[in-house]
Order: sequence, then C-alpha cells, then structure tokens
Amino acid sequence: MSDILLKVRDLKIGATVYPPGEKPRDIEIVHGVSFDLERGKVLGLIGESGAGKSTIGLASMAYGRGGVEITGGEVWVNGRDILKTTHGDIRKLRGGEVTYVSQSAAASFNPAKKIMDQVVEAAVEQKKFTRKVAEGRARELFAKLGLPDPDNIGDRYPHQVSGGQLQRCMTALALCPEPDLVVFDEPTTALDVTTQIDVLMAIKEAIRDTGVGALYITHDLAVVAQVSDDIMVLKMGDTVEYGTTDQIINNPQEEYTQALVSVRSIDHEEKKPTPEPVLSVDGITARYKGLNFDVLHNVNVELHPGQTLAVVGESGSGKSTLARVITGLLPPRDGEITFAGRKLSPDLKRRSREDLRELQMIYQMADVAMNPRQTVGTIIGRPLEFYFNMRGAEKRKRIIDLLDEIELGEKFMDRYPAELSGGQKQRVCIARSLAAKPKMIICDEVTSALDPLVADGILKLLLDLQKIEDVAYLFITHDLATVRAISDSIAVMYQGRVVRYGSKSEVLNPPFDDYTDLLLSSVPEMHLGWLEEVVAHRKMESAGN
Amino acid sequence: MHPILKLVFQRLALGILLLFGASALIFGLTEALPGDAAQAVLGQSATPESLANLREEMGLDRPALTRYVEWLGGILQGDLGTSLTNKLDIADSVGKRLGNTLFLAFWAALVSVPLAIFLGLLAVRYRNRWPDKLISAVTLTTISIPEFLIGYVLIYFIAVKIGWFSPLAMVNDSMSLGQKLNAIALPVLVLTMVVLAHMMRMTRAAILNVMQSAYVETAELKGLSNFMVIYRHALPNAVAPIVNVVMLNLAYLVVGVVVVEVVFVYPGMGQYLVDHVTKRDVPVVLACGVVFAAIYIGLNMIADIVAILANPRLRHPK
Repeated sequence: MSDILLKVRDLKIGATVYPPGEKPRDIEIVHGVSFDLERGKVLGLIGESGAGKSTIGLASMAYGRGGVEITGGEVWVNGRDILKTTHGDIRKLRGGEVTYVSQSAAASFNPAKKIMDQVVEAAVEQKKFTRKVAEGRARELFAKLGLPDPDNIGDRYPHQVSGGQLQRCMTALALCPEPDLVVFDEPTTALDVTTQIDVLMAIKEAIRDTGVGALYITHDLAVVAQVSDDIMVLKMGDTVEYGTTDQIINNPQEEYTQALVSVRSIDHEEKKPTPEPVLSVDGITARYKGLNFDVLHNVNVELHPGQTLAVVGESGSGKSTLARVITGLLPPRDGEITFAGRKLSPDLKRRSREDLRELQMIYQMADVAMNPRQTVGTIIGRPLEFYFNMRGAEKRKRIIDLLDEIELGEKFMDRYPAELSGGQKQRVCIARSLAAKPKMIICDEVTSALDPLVADGILKLLLDLQKIEDVAYLFITHDLATVRAISDSIAVMYQGRVVRYGSKSEVLNPPFDDYTDLLLSSVPEMHLGWLEEVVAHRKMESAGN
Repeated sequence: MHPILKLVFQRLALGILLLFGASALIFGLTEALPGDAAQAVLGQSATPESLANLREEMGLDRPALTRYVEWLGGILQGDLGTSLTNKLDIADSVGKRLGNTLFLAFWAALVSVPLAIFLGLLAVRYRNRWPDKLISAVTLTTISIPEFLIGYVLIYFIAVKIGWFSPLAMVNDSMSLGQKLNAIALPVLVLTMVVLAHMMRMTRAAILNVMQSAYVETAELKGLSNFMVIYRHALPNAVAPIVNVVMLNLAYLVVGVVVVEVVFVYPGMGQYLVDHVTKRDVPVVLACGVVFAAIYIGLNMIADIVAILANPRLRHPK
C-alpha cells in the first residue's frame, strides 16, 4: 500500500438552493479541489465561511450535509475511490477508517446516552474491538487527553461535563476505533481561549502518539499553524494556495493569504479620559431570579463620551449580564448607574423615552435581531418614526444617509435581511442603532459570528462612525485582538468581578495579574511552535511555584 | 430530596387535586340536569307528595354540598352507592365491568402501541418514499372511518363470511384465556385500527424533529445503519411527546370504547354506562364518571412522569 492515505482529485460538490420566491436551482460550492494527505500527517483546511472546507472534510467520508451532493472527482481512501464503492463499504469506512470531530461536541453527543456508550459505539459496531477492549482503550484516551477521573468519566451524561471536557471526549470518540484519518472540523472554535489551548495541545499530542492522519478544518490561521504540516487555503470553493505550513505562514504568495495572515491591521490611538463620563457604573451587584448566588459582584466602570470601553472575559464571566443591567433588563440588587448626568432607573419599564433613545444596543446575532419580513428601509426607519416622528421624504432621506454611512447605499433600501450577507446584516443593525442618535451603544460580541476579514471591516466602520457621530461604545467581547483594535479603556472580567480595569495601555502592559496574564498568553499567535512555547512556559512556571 | 422525586410528588399531588375537581364537576353537572333520582324512580306515577316523601327518604332534600361531601366520603371508602334500577351495589358491578374493559384495553394496547411505534420508525426510515406513504394512507383511512362501521364490516366479513371469530364478544369467568382472547379478537382489531394513526404520526413527527440534530449526524458518521441511527439515537430523545400521545390513546381505549363495546355486545364499562344512562340511573352515571376521570387523570399523570424521567438532565443532575 502506498504512503498516501487520502488522495482527492478534482473534487466537485454541489447543492440545491431554494432562493425565496424563485425556483430551486443547483449550484456548485466546491469547484475541483485536489490534494494528498500522507499517513500520519496533518493537513489544515482554512478559509472563511462558505469556502467549502467542512464540505470537503465530510466528502472524505462520502457524506453530504443537508442537500449537499458530491458531483464529480475522486476521493481515494486507503487505495480505493470511495465515491465508487458500495453502500456497505462506506458504512465500514465511516467510524472505522475515517472519523469525525465536530465543532460543537455539546450538540454532537446524544443527550440521552452515557459518554462511554457513545465513545465506543463505532469501534464495537464496526467489529474492530470487543466492547471490553474498546472501553479500556477509551479510558486510555481519556487519560491521554487530560480528562479528569478517566476511569469513571465515561459513566457520565454529556450535560454533566464542561464544554472543553466534552470536546476532548469527542476527540476520544474519534480516536477510539483506531481510524487512519480523523476529520477535525473547527474542534476548538466554540471554546474559550484559555480552554482552547489545553484542548489544542491534547489533540496535537493524540495525533502524534497514535500516528493518525488528520484533516484540520478551521477559520483561524494561527490555530492551524500550530497543528498542521501542510495548509490549503480555500475561498468560495476554490484552492487559493496550497503549501507547507511554514511557507503559508512565513511566505504567503497570494494576496488573499497575505490578508488572512496580516488580519487585524487596525491601529487605534487611545484617547485620554474626559472629566465627565457618559456612563458610570457604581457598585453593581446582580443575580438572576431563582439563583442563590450573585453573578456580578461590586462592578465599577466608567465610559467617556466618544470613547470605547471594552469589557473582556470568557463565557460565564458576567460581561453580558453587565449589559443586561445597564439596559435595565435585569435590575441590580445593589449599586446604581449614572448615564449622561442623570441616574437611570434600574427597571426598564420606568425609563423615559429619552433614556431609551440615547442608549442603544447591537447584538451578536444580526439575523435574529431583525424581523425577516421587513425591508432594510423599514427596519432602519422604525426608530426614526418612534423617536423623531419622521415621515415621508424626510424619513427616506435620513435612511439613505444612514445607508451611505454604513457603506451600503440606497439600493439596499428595499432588500430583505435574507438577501444580505452576515457582515451586511450587522451593518444594518448598526444603522438602526445610529438612527436613534444615541450617546452610547452597547455592542455585545458584534463581530464574533463574522469571518475575520468581515469583522475587520465592521470594526473599522464602528471607529469611523465614532469620529463622525461622537458616540461612545461599551464593547463586550471575548476576543483580545478585537479589544486591542478598538478600545480606549478596558475592563477584564472574571467570575463576575472586574479583575483589571484601566486605559488600554495600562491593562495590556505588564505587570499583569494572574488571570489577565493567562488570558493574554492564551491567544494563538501566528508563528510556528507558539503552542509548545506557551505550554512549556506554563509548565516551568508551575514547577517554579 | 432528589429533584426527580420532588417533581413526581408534585405531579401526584396535582393529579389528586384534579380528581377532586373532576368529581365536583361531574356531581355539579348531574345536579344541573332537569329532574333527579326520585323523579327517575317514580317516573309516570310521581305525585308531588310521593316525590317529597321519596326525596326525604333518599336524602335528596338536603343541600347539594352536604350530599356531595357524603358521596365523596363514600367513594373514598370504596362505597359507590347502590343502583336505583336494580338495587345492586355499584362498586361490585363496576368492579366486574371495569375488569372486562381493562382486559380489552390491555390487549388492544399490547397490539397497537408497539405496532404504532414500529410503523412510525419505519415511516421515518423510508420517509417520503412508498412505505411511508402507504403507512400514512392506510392508518389515516382506518382512523377516518367511524369505528362502528369498521366493527360491522369486520363482523360481516371475518365473523359471518369467513367464520374465524364470533361476532359477539361475550366473555365470562368460566372461559379460559385462549377462549377470551378469541372472543375479543375483533374488538381489539377495531380499537387498534382506531388508535394506530394518531400514535404512529406522532412517533414519526417526533423522531423526524430529532433527526435534524447534530448527534444524529454523529451517529451516521459512525457508520451505523439507518435503522440503528433512528432506533438507538433518535427514538430515546423523542420519548416525551410519544408517551403523551400513547397515554391519551390508552385513556381512549378505556374511556372511549363505549361504541365498540355496544357494537360487539361486550360486557364492559361502556355498555354498563350506556344502559344506565338510558334508565336515568344517576348514581351509576356518577360512579362511572368518577372512574373514567380517575383513569384519564392517572394515565396522563403517568405520561407526565415518564416524560420527566425521559429527560437525562433531570434524571442525572450535575
């Protein structure tokens, strides 16, 4: 048998789309992609959403998600073309020779079954191992992947372990049948940065120790640089560039790859605080109804007019809860909020229309924040009617001005949200909040659901608008690169407390507290060997203590 | 206390409360009907004096609330009163009749529930293909035809023409189990045809809903066969809605068999109720109403509890 484990030639994949109000039609989403993967090597597939990277990964298992179909080309696994083989052979391939690790282990584990049953299922069903042998192997893998209590964790149900642990269980599930190839589909994307680093290291070591070949799919070039031998850059179903990891990271040839490598080019000079803050949060303590512990403890922050305060933290740190308190959705147990020189009522229902107008919000999921049955013009026009009583030509002119400000233009006025891309939808949401002429906008993870290049565009737009409209942003995010790009001051939150607060230069420069240090050092950097350096550094530090 | 136990106790308490409510409603409705038991007994021979005398004798002249409390107290001690028409103890008659009805319902459930779930799984496995369409068409046809018509058609063809089973489903204590089963074969068949479609459609819909989820994709990517994916990974997560519909249909099998029992002259609760309604035997109607309510509430409570137990998050808290 040759050394080539996976050979893909001129792979073409199509899908049927159902555009609203039109006839369904077939489109091609991958246009003839070719690559080779040697046994025991890792190939990174990288690209933005819609690049076809997951589709290509699943094609190596002869699987099409939804209405996706492989329309042409060859996919050779272990010396046979799996697109021409029998149905029974494909079932043996899936879960036996090729296994899959998905982005969301939380959704990919059956909630009604114990973890162990699911981890060994493929190996037992494919008659690779007996149940007993498979369970022993699963426990070994649990230990190797650094899971706590590896002998018993399999007896738990998926909801009884954390997200990071479940992602490692998913890796164990994929490695348990001793496959030749594992498809990792964004396995760390849904995790916090401090968790991602451990899972990434566990995956890397597991790949090395088991000698399995892997396709590693991600949109994050810095992550893929840590684990793969070769990288293929994809865009809209075409190969942009294909080479060794070293060549792609250090010497990218194509313009698109260069843009990906140098993303986050925004340079933002930090502004000095003004004497009078637009928002001051004093001693806020809050808890949710039905819980017997506080989720925010004595939070104090200030935001100055025309500036940006970034609130950064991982999931569960309380950053979104803070936004809920400021907007009045969650009245605090203690503390008060001063906005534009007046005290805000803790309860949303008792706030004046002026309070509501001057404090706007933009959300992470632009799709669900807009009524799908209203046109862009109606969506942006609504606050104009509501707050300023604008009608007819005057309203229309203002809508067009706003559309120009967000760089979309008049032609978007009669479109529906479904006809817009993710970035365009978020722009419409920005325009809607600006229509109210607010003093301050709360931006809750507004770029998290977007591809890096699109997110960059949104951040640039927000900064430009800040100059024109003199609006302040309270910017909630988990992404430190975004924080660097946009903020004037920063509050780092951890378990409901502000652990570090000050101007951008103070917060991002040493001396650090432990948590901020951990957070900052966990952000993947775009150079080879970064992962090993960080892990070695941490081991040394913990040995030193 | 384990949160599951707490939830189960809550459901139990709620069920008992509901039963009291139902008993009050049944009592109140029979009170609201024109005429009372005394009029029913005397019938044509009623004179104002004889009515007043009989009412006093039966205690009907006392306030409704007092009579309700007495009646309820009797029920709690297992005393359902005596029938007006044949002066027999109602609890005795109901006991025998209910046994027969439950016997019929049990066998109908034993056939129809597994069959409905199996057909549901099959319909999902071959969704939008001919087996799915055939299953849907046949079950929808049988549910659309009134059960008495199906009953008479089956009696005509299977019992009269072919002669496999008796057209009358008479059972008594001296019969062996085999003889009894032979006797109830036709009513079981009719009941199965009536309840099948509802449960099958719900199974199909509930599983199809789960089939969209990521863990079903995971199962497919493990190389499991289509049927294994549905049976092992989709079905356990679709239990709650399926159980609800199954229990509703079980309740129907006990409470709603009146028509089928009459068609096949089966000595069950339905026959008993119909007989005494026509004779305006109010205490019997009341007793039957309460028994039916108890069965209905009991089965739905079981459905609730099973649905709670089916949720692994509640069964195994963190």
